[in-house]
Amino acid sequence: MDVELRGITKRFGPVTANDNVNLTIRAGEVLGLLGENGAGKSTMMNILSGLYSPDEGQILIDGKPVDFEGPGDGIAAGIGMVHQHFMLVPVFTVAENVILGVEPTGRLDYLDLKTARAQVRDINDKYGLEVDPDALIEELPVGIQQRVEIIKVLFRSAEVLILDEPTAVLTPQEVEDFFGIVKSLRDAGKAIVFITHKLHEILEIADRINVLRGGRITGEGDPKSLTEQQLAEMMVGRPVSFDVQKAPFKPGETLLEARDLVVLNDNDDIAVDRASFHIRSGEVVGIAGVQGNGQSELIETLTGLMHAASGSVSFLGKDVTHASARERHRMGMAHVPEDRHKSGMIANFTIYENMVLNTYYEDRFSSGPSIKWPEVLKTAAKYSVDFDVRTPSIYLKAGNLSGGNQQKMVVARELERETKLVIASQPTRGLDVGSIEYIHKRLMEARDEGDGVLIVSSELDEIMSLSDRILVMFEGRIVAEFDTAAGPVDKNAVGLAMAGVHA
Amino acid sequence: MSDTTNQQDLMRKLMQRAAPGRAEFEDLVIVPIFAVIVALIVGALIMLATAVDIATIGKSYLALLYGAVGSLNAISETLTSAIPLVLSGLGLALGFRAGLFNIGAEGQIIVGGIAAVIVGFSFEGLPWVIHLPLALIAGAVVGGLYASIAGWLRATTGAHEVISTIMLNLISYRLLDYMLSLSWMQREGRSDPVSKSVVPSAELPRLLTDIDPNLRLHAGIFLMIAMVLLVHWLLFKTKIGFEFRASGENPDAARYAGMRASLIIVLAMATAGALAGLAGANQVLGVLERATPGFSAGIGFDAISVALLGRSHPVGVLFAGLLFGALEAGGRQMQVDAGVSIDLIGIIQALIIVFIAAPLLVRAIFPWGFQKPASGRKE
Amino acid sequence: MTAASTTDTASGTKMETHKDRQARIYGAVLLGLAVLVAGVFALDTAGDATFRLSRPRDPWVVPDLVVPAAPFNFFVAAVLALLGLRQFMRGGFKWSTVSIATGFAIAVAAFLVWATAGKSFSLTGMLSATVVAAVPIALGGLAGVLSERVAVVNIAIEGMLLAGAFTGALMGSLLGGWGGLLCAVLVGGMFGFILAALVVTYRMDQIIAGVVITLFVIGVTSYVSSQVFSEYRFLNNAPVFRAWKIPLLGDIPMIGPVLFNQNLFVYGALILVCAATYYLFHTRYGLRARSVGEHPRAADTLGINVYRTRYINVTLAGMVAGFGGAWFTLGSVGRFDENMTGGLGYIGLAAMIFGRWHPVGALMAALIFGFADSLQQKLAIVRTPIPSEFLAMAPYFATIIVVAGFVGRSRPPAADGKPYVKE
Repeated sequence: MDVELRGITKRFGPVTANDNVNLTIRAGEVLGLLGENGAGKSTMMNILSGLYSPDEGQILIDGKPVDFEGPGDGIAAGIGMVHQHFMLVPVFTVAENVILGVEPTGRLDYLDLKTARAQVRDINDKYGLEVDPDALIEELPVGIQQRVEIIKVLFRSAEVLILDEPTAVLTPQEVEDFFGIVKSLRDAGKAIVFITHKLHEILEIADRINVLRGGRITGEGDPKSLTEQQLAEMMVGRPVSFDVQKAPFKPGETLLEARDLVVLNDNDDIAVDRASFHIRSGEVVGIAGVQGNGQSELIETLTGLMHAASGSVSFLGKDVTHASARERHRMGMAHVPEDRHKSGMIANFTIYENMVLNTYYEDRFSSGPSIKWPEVLKTAAKYSVDFDVRTPSIYLKAGNLSGGNQQKMVVARELERETKLVIASQPTRGLDVGSIEYIHKRLMEARDEGDGVLIVSSELDEIMSLSDRILVMFEGRIVAEFDTAAGPVDKNAVGLAMAGVHA
Repeated sequence: MSDTTNQQDLMRKLMQRAAPGRAEFEDLVIVPIFAVIVALIVGALIMLATAVDIATIGKSYLALLYGAVGSLNAISETLTSAIPLVLSGLGLALGFRAGLFNIGAEGQIIVGGIAAVIVGFSFEGLPWVIHLPLALIAGAVVGGLYASIAGWLRATTGAHEVISTIMLNLISYRLLDYMLSLSWMQREGRSDPVSKSVVPSAELPRLLTDIDPNLRLHAGIFLMIAMVLLVHWLLFKTKIGFEFRASGENPDAARYAGMRASLIIVLAMATAGALAGLAGANQVLGVLERATPGFSAGIGFDAISVALLGRSHPVGVLFAGLLFGALEAGGRQMQVDAGVSIDLIGIIQALIIVFIAAPLLVRAIFPWGFQKPASGRKE
Repeated sequence: MTAASTTDTASGTKMETHKDRQARIYGAVLLGLAVLVAGVFALDTAGDATFRLSRPRDPWVVPDLVVPAAPFNFFVAAVLALLGLRQFMRGGFKWSTVSIATGFAIAVAAFLVWATAGKSFSLTGMLSATVVAAVPIALGGLAGVLSERVAVVNIAIEGMLLAGAFTGALMGSLLGGWGGLLCAVLVGGMFGFILAALVVTYRMDQIIAGVVITLFVIGVTSYVSSQVFSEYRFLNNAPVFRAWKIPLLGDIPMIGPVLFNQNLFVYGALILVCAATYYLFHTRYGLRARSVGEHPRAADTLGINVYRTRYINVTLAGMVAGFGGAWFTLGSVGRFDENMTGGLGYIGLAAMIFGRWHPVGALMAALIFGFADSLQQKLAIVRTPIPSEFLAMAPYFATIIVVAGFVGRSRPPAADGKPYVKE
């Protein structure tokens, strides 16, 4: 089955997400779609799956124009989408998730789960997917959940599979397995659209590449004749340097030390298992690992938001295991939280209120019970200028800022103080390249000024380029440590450690 | 050199507040006006449906207007009714800002009123400068403590305050019945469930008796104005207010910012309860002069509407309270003049809130009153 | 993820888990109950408590249950102390829930024995009253389950019950019992539809919408009853559905009068609970409804109409609540009084939480609340040293305890209370 997009335009208010996009998808081929965050990739694919309807343009399937009116229409026409954020119901079983919407039923609308299981097993066997139809989704690792998503679209006899950033949650080894599945689907005659912003992946898997920037197709080509550098220029629109400028590595005294740290999550499961490490001044320590291996809990414990079940944390030579988040913050621990929307900012508060979200109580902003708002306004304006937060006014609600500017606001608040240690969790997730570069620069400046920096990221490339030392977390434990001072780090070795394979 | 001046220019620009836009105007003025109009129309339809003829409907709305603002007595009644609504509405608004949906103002009014009346009749011979504040404070403290039960349950166990405050309301009704059956509470020589009268030194003095002894407006109005100012200061100018608002908007962000969620919940509930308790004290010390069964008269529920209508803003609550006080006072006139039950006012009040809380609905009914929704705008 | 159990940590350090803490709290509660039972119910009592199990006219007469009050209560106190100590010292692990449930049950038994010491008391009558009192709570809880399973928080249940009660009385007076019942169900459904419209289409805050609907219904029903009913009394005089004894089953001692000699509403509630369970967990549309409550975006991507599903289920919930509301008038007194539901809708919500968002769970929880209610009514007749006002608070306290004790431990549908905005 071939699909063609002709002159697709989609606007959200003043923003044009897709601007006259033309695209052809062919059976038995992997089409790589490259673009940075906000380039309009997801919008386009949501149009293709029927979730959005385009303002202009046409979709043709095997040469015939079709009209999608709702999210069911895309799949009915044979176009299935595997979303970046899985669309699975966590408390349902695999079989229930797979059949949802096209359920086999008996009399009295009775749900025929027996047939469903058999059908899931059939698909399993055909493509070598190996998923237990009776497993609960929430108990499966993300790699398997992704397979369930693929079974879901295959169950609906999709001929076109759209994979939106499918590798974001996988270890390098899982990525290899996943590429195997993609290839076997392609060889079975399916058309695959592989959406990503990772250059090396697209060169490895795609048969043909389209590059999207600012809602337009800005490049097209054959992966065999393209280099990463060329692709990056097409994607960003200017030459990009992957190297981060940093001063020579001069580690100072130990700032933070964790000893045998054990953290339990709300279900009493062990989230962090006997983690011991230290961070010195003037160094960047990166924590690599697939999401959900205890990084979030570790960071929350270091910053005082979660309690350690055992073990200790010392900061600046003082035992802070039982100190509150505010005490640690006061001592010079800056924290850029992993999800700015969830906890880093308050969308309905003004920018200036957000700029003092965790410093409003300090003497410079308050006297007695009241807050000195004129002082806050002045400071917030200064921070905004210093950190290039682009907004017409700081009276604006923070929710109105773009993602990049929101993150700059959060980083400004955390770095524009007397800091000793900067803990940044996923500092650049979901940002455009310009903002990523800016935030990296600021973090490096902090290091060069003698702060310790701890970075958690699920993007291995980010960890590799920023860190002086790399710790790898797997199932709550720190399973490996790599020192860049000792020579270049083997990315493969880090990848293996992320999958729990000991070197 | 020019770089720094540039920076200063930019800073100055950033600190300029944009003029209030059309959207704010629509939200704060047009929506409430439409809401009141639609509610009155639907109220008329309901009267029609219950076989009230058109002439009587006209008469009743005229009586409503007259009873609300038509005479000095009407204005005095409107203000008298508005005082407890504004006081407890302020408390609820403060709770809403902190993310707490406190339905328990009714119960807090009752326990606050009980405490105030006990203090009010128990101490004879105290000078009023001591006795009156003492009775008011007793009402506020007991109301605050009662509300903080729900706050404490929410903070420690996660029990939703909607259910626990409703249960506390129901408990408070029984408690009032019980208290009024105790011999030391009851009026001397009587066994009906009415408490002893508050002695004059604890009464909120009436203000307009020189003009006409029937005017009931009392000194509670100063209390009301003071509380509007106090709550405004608390919410928008203080650290604790910042914490209330932050936890209400985004509890995760508040926790990240080092605010103590449990403490904030308990404090916010206690403050809300204290204001409602004050409203209860105000009723027994200023209007009724004693506690009777059902003296709370649904004020706590109307206050929910007042807080919502006032958009949880102290000044908004003041205006909403005045509007509801006017409806209340006018409704009584309506009942007398046109024979239409005052319960109609409850319907109109509920409808006003429907339209206030669902601006999309008002937009759907009156598309011409509004700008086309710009897509950048958050609802 | 990292589902290792505590014992896997080789470090051997002592860690306090949430379970340990919970077990200690439970232990403390049980010990407290033991002290209460021993100190008050056992010491301050004498004589035998007589529980009548059948009425003289029953075909099979079961002898009365006679319990010596003081020894029984000392025994209960001892058992409670034992359970409490076990929890406190060892951390009960998987037995903790069973212990606390047993503990509460026997403590209530001790209370009953204490209150009836030296008197006699119809246990069957009280259980039968329990079932009757549980009906509106169970139906309210079921309405909550149906709407919260599609992620619409339904605080409006109270208003829907009241609307059902009012319509039942008014239309029952005009059209007879069945006509009144049908109209009550339809009006309940209408308010369900309105709630759905407000929160789904107009994206009003769900709690505000619920509260407002309740206020509106209180307003309308009070207005009509003071404006119209006071003048035209025949409009508020509906026939009542009498108890209907199921042949044979109704003659079983104890169980018969409790379960099989009841009116339409009791049978209706039981049938609706079964039907709702089948619908939610064994049918296609039930699966879709639950997916909408757990992950509406996922459901949407699969072509399931989230909005329509919410409309339908919340309307159904309204109909169930309307039926439950009719119980107040058509099922008991035939006459509407202002605000006669008295907060039972909210207790229904608590039953839903306690019942873990499951129809059968909600029914079981409703029976517990019904028990608390019938207990206080019966005890008000048997003279006890406790003032009747405090006894009347029992269901409310029970609700608070249940909500406080269980809310954190059962998991609501993931999208509960969140509006779904289509992209």
